[in-house]
Amino acid sequence: MTTKLFGTKVARVEDQRFLRGQGRYVDDLLHDDPRLLHAAVLRSPHAHARITDIDVADVLDVEGVVAVWTHDDLTDAMAEPLPLLIPHPTLTHGRTQYALAKDEVNYVGEAIAFVVAVDRYVAEDAVARIRVSYEHLEPVVGIDAARAAKRLVHDDVPGNVGARMEQENGDARAAIADAPHTLVLDLDIERSACTPMEGRGTVARWDPDTSRLTVWSSTQTSTGVRGCVAAKLGLDLAKVDVITPDVGGGFGVKVVHPWPEELLVPLAAKTLGRPVKFTEDRREHFISSAHERAQQHHVEVGFDDDGRVLGLNVEFWHDHGAYTPYGLIVPIITSTQLLGPYKPLNYRVVFESLYTNTVIVTPYRGAGRPQGCFVMERTMDAIAAYLGKDRTEVRSTNFIQPDEFPYEHGLIFQDGRELTYDSGDYPASLEKLKALVGWDEFEDFRAEMAAQGRRVGIGLACYVEGTGVGPYEGAHVHVETSGKVKVATGLTTQGQGHQTAFAQIVADTLGVRFEDVEITTGDTRKMPYAVGTFASRAAVMSGSAIHLAALRAKEKALRIAAEALEAAEEDLEIVDGVVSVRGTDTSIDLGTVAVLSNPLRYAFDEASKAATQFSVGDPGKPPVAEDDEPGLEGKDFYSPPRSTFANGMHAVIVETDPDTAEITILKYAVVHDCGHLINPMIVEGQIHGGVAQGVGGALYERMAYDESGQLLNASFMDFLMPYASEVPTSIDIDHLETPSPLNPLGIKGAGEAGVIPSAAVFAAAIEDAEGFPITAMPISPSELYALRLTHADPEETP
Amino acid sequence: MKPAPFAYLRPSTLEEALAALAGEQGAKVLAGGQSLVPLLSMRLAAPSMLIDINALPDLGHVTCDEAGVRVGALARHAHVLASPEAATTQPLVAMALANVAHPTIRNRGTTVGSIVHADAAAEMPMVLRLLEGSVDVASVRGRRTIPAAELFAGPLESTLAHDEIAVEAFFPALAPGAGVAFQEISRRHGDYALVGVAAHVELEGDEVVRARLGYLSVSDVPVVVDVSDSLADPAGAALAELEPVDDIHATADYRAHLVRVLTPRVLAAATDHARQRMNA
Repeated sequence: MTTKLFGTKVARVEDQRFLRGQGRYVDDLLHDDPRLLHAAVLRSPHAHARITDIDVADVLDVEGVVAVWTHDDLTDAMAEPLPLLIPHPTLTHGRTQYALAKDEVNYVGEAIAFVVAVDRYVAEDAVARIRVSYEHLEPVVGIDAARAAKRLVHDDVPGNVGARMEQENGDARAAIADAPHTLVLDLDIERSACTPMEGRGTVARWDPDTSRLTVWSSTQTSTGVRGCVAAKLGLDLAKVDVITPDVGGGFGVKVVHPWPEELLVPLAAKTLGRPVKFTEDRREHFISSAHERAQQHHVEVGFDDDGRVLGLNVEFWHDHGAYTPYGLIVPIITSTQLLGPYKPLNYRVVFESLYTNTVIVTPYRGAGRPQGCFVMERTMDAIAAYLGKDRTEVRSTNFIQPDEFPYEHGLIFQDGRELTYDSGDYPASLEKLKALVGWDEFEDFRAEMAAQGRRVGIGLACYVEGTGVGPYEGAHVHVETSGKVKVATGLTTQGQGHQTAFAQIVADTLGVRFEDVEITTGDTRKMPYAVGTFASRAAVMSGSAIHLAALRAKEKALRIAAEALEAAEEDLEIVDGVVSVRGTDTSIDLGTVAVLSNPLRYAFDEASKAATQFSVGDPGKPPVAEDDEPGLEGKDFYSPPRSTFANGMHAVIVETDPDTAEITILKYAVVHDCGHLINPMIVEGQIHGGVAQGVGGALYERMAYDESGQLLNASFMDFLMPYASEVPTSIDIDHLETPSPLNPLGIKGAGEAGVIPSAAVFAAAIEDAEGFPITAMPISPSELYALRLTHADPEETP
Repeated sequence: MKPAPFAYLRPSTLEEALAALAGEQGAKVLAGGQSLVPLLSMRLAAPSMLIDINALPDLGHVTCDEAGVRVGALARHAHVLASPEAATTQPLVAMALANVAHPTIRNRGTTVGSIVHADAAAEMPMVLRLLEGSVDVASVRGRRTIPAAELFAGPLESTLAHDEIAVEAFFPALAPGAGVAFQEISRRHGDYALVGVAAHVELEGDEVVRARLGYLSVSDVPVVVDVSDSLADPAGAALAELEPVDDIHATADYRAHLVRVLTPRVLAAATDHARQRMNA
């Protein structure tokens, strides 16, 4: 008897392979092909300069160098700027870079020349021989410099302003003016980045006999890469296959496409007639892949005696780096998701998206939400402190209530749709969190610790996350005559456990054994219609599509089985791959049903004899009916009307060392609501990873640019990604399951959740321990020490 | 992140290695490679030749006698750390080694290599200097012993001549009546210290008659400060000799503050250690 797998902690089947070193990543491909060539890129050492000359004369003298490209060598679409992937009417001054810089560089790391050689060592030797003459320009580094606009990143972008966007629901400024109490806050978040374990990578092979291009990329969107490669290289889409093998993490940076190398590698493979590989190294990843997070926010809030927010007016400045290939997604998300689980009566938000001479900014796990959550939660804490109220009480006062769903905010979200929350129960989540972290008992704990000379603080932060954005995903389910089920969905996998979670859905929906299901993702040969893996959308989008496709396959299986068994469809059930008449011994294997679904002329084995022309069919009718097709397959697509909104609340207890200002995590608690859980173990793994990444963002990681635009910490020695020793040894998790009404499985996304409230929750806890406001994150012990000096009572200091 | 071209030599005798080193001005010695290999990969160093000494015989030893601990050029940090005799003979060696990076790095990195790399943020150069140890070096010209006080010339610069290979480090034994302690603060577990302090204290009866402190990451070269005469304000005395600077991880002020926090703690711990040893 098959038990229901949906909702159970099925162990991830992919881990056997990954943990044994049998993962196959882009850099593993074609490694034993003697014709394989390797690419290296000359990158700008300057943050802002005009290129006056590029001399590659010495390069081809290096033994083993095969070819070198600069912008002069590019033609047609390849010579044009890279696409602006997500245009927006307010992005009035969008700019994108060239695959190879044309006459100006705008950040340290921008690609200038592309060398292909017999190995990466030789390619790097050759890169070192390219002589570029620069005319230096003053760089614009940081939001302050961008806003001051004494210098411009792009001559034709006045004020360094790429976009200005404003949304308002009600009249926030009037409401604040009339409110009994008002507060003003300035809140800053610094730059960080995804830093996946595997960097970017592309391999391409051109088959000159068939004029066919195969590209492997560690992308989060193989269909996106395919479209760009075909367009830029002038190839028919049907001549380009893009395959995403195992990927060592993405976290957003790999959804940007095409990266220069994603075009240059296929171009080189096609031009040279030999396979070419580019594997980004760690320094390259720091200086040429995308960053995120840096924003400055100015908040004005008006509220009543209960802490009810009557008006909220937020202005913020977003540093989008040197170019805007991904449009305004990050600041739009901040501006809308800032609201979290709350319903301010009047809300106005306006942002400017600014150019700086630094690496581009595109979504990083959380994608603007960590900043928005930081702003809203710091505001809630400030209101509570001002009124002398418990921080949870002020939040409760402002919550959207369970009976108010669907809740319309009167704003437009990142997908161009109304910002409408589908479901949630925020008061219930908060009660769970308070119990989980021991909120009501904390003052006793604080006193107990104080008696030992120890200083502790507690913080909480709430967020709502729009997940599962459209436009669609699809799935194809195929039952083979062996009874094995092959499923293809087009979005990619970078470690999430899709093989496991999607197979759970298929096993339940179709009635087959979990181990008989094989999932293929990110292969345009198997599923050419797809969007990609980002925005916590894989489970919602492909999970739903797979469920729908499996239903179609099941429908067909029942129809054929009913005929074969001479029974009514409604009397049949499918369990463990066997279709049987309920309550009888009469049954037929699903594999046999697959045989019968495909009328054959030729028998290739014993089983297939049953489907040959002298065995089956009504000789008076066509073997395949007019409205039918051969094979036991199901294909369907899922396209939701809008995003589904998951939510969660985190609390942390920290200890701050009174002497060294070191910050230690004593307890971390998470209450999480992503609707129905497909696999609680995978969801908890996502939360663990997100919390770890959030600890990094709150306490360790930052991009240390100097004023000349050099990134001073472009290595894992100085970019302080936390080790296992820096993240909490345990995370207490409780789930609430408020199903989404928007999809057939009632699920919501879970991928980004763990990282969203980190800056907010740590700032709150440190503030609670120290007794002075924390308004900028991340924070290091050195910075906490400096704040202590600033806020020290002058009468206490000698 | 691939090194520039270099010749590679893996000699099987010390004489062969020394001759090669003497004959190639641009040569570098490769032992554990934990500092050198990243420098090569980032092309911050581009030696013409690497002389890999890992196949040389008789350099992997960790031997202890009454005089102290002798560590061969190929003894890995992990090997030294695991030696109970070394931990008894000179406890500061193990106290400091436990703070050297991570186990995987300690499995390959050599203690002698770390010392002659002469990084003022690294534990073992400072420990050697505090303990007044020495390094034996060999060249085609013969052998000599360099006292720790004469070993460190500047940032990442030792006084070894280009043709010399360090073959052994010597850490003097901890005398009866003496105690040691070590503490450092780093951003992440295993990172270079923001500030680290080691103390060496000698007692007569219950009285501290000599106290010396070594510091990490607050100077260009490993610094030792004798605070025997300034026990009322040892951190103040130390800060007069130190030059903490700002970097992306901490301000100079914060580093100076950590010197003030750690100095009395480590001094007290070393004094306790000395008392325990006297009473044992």
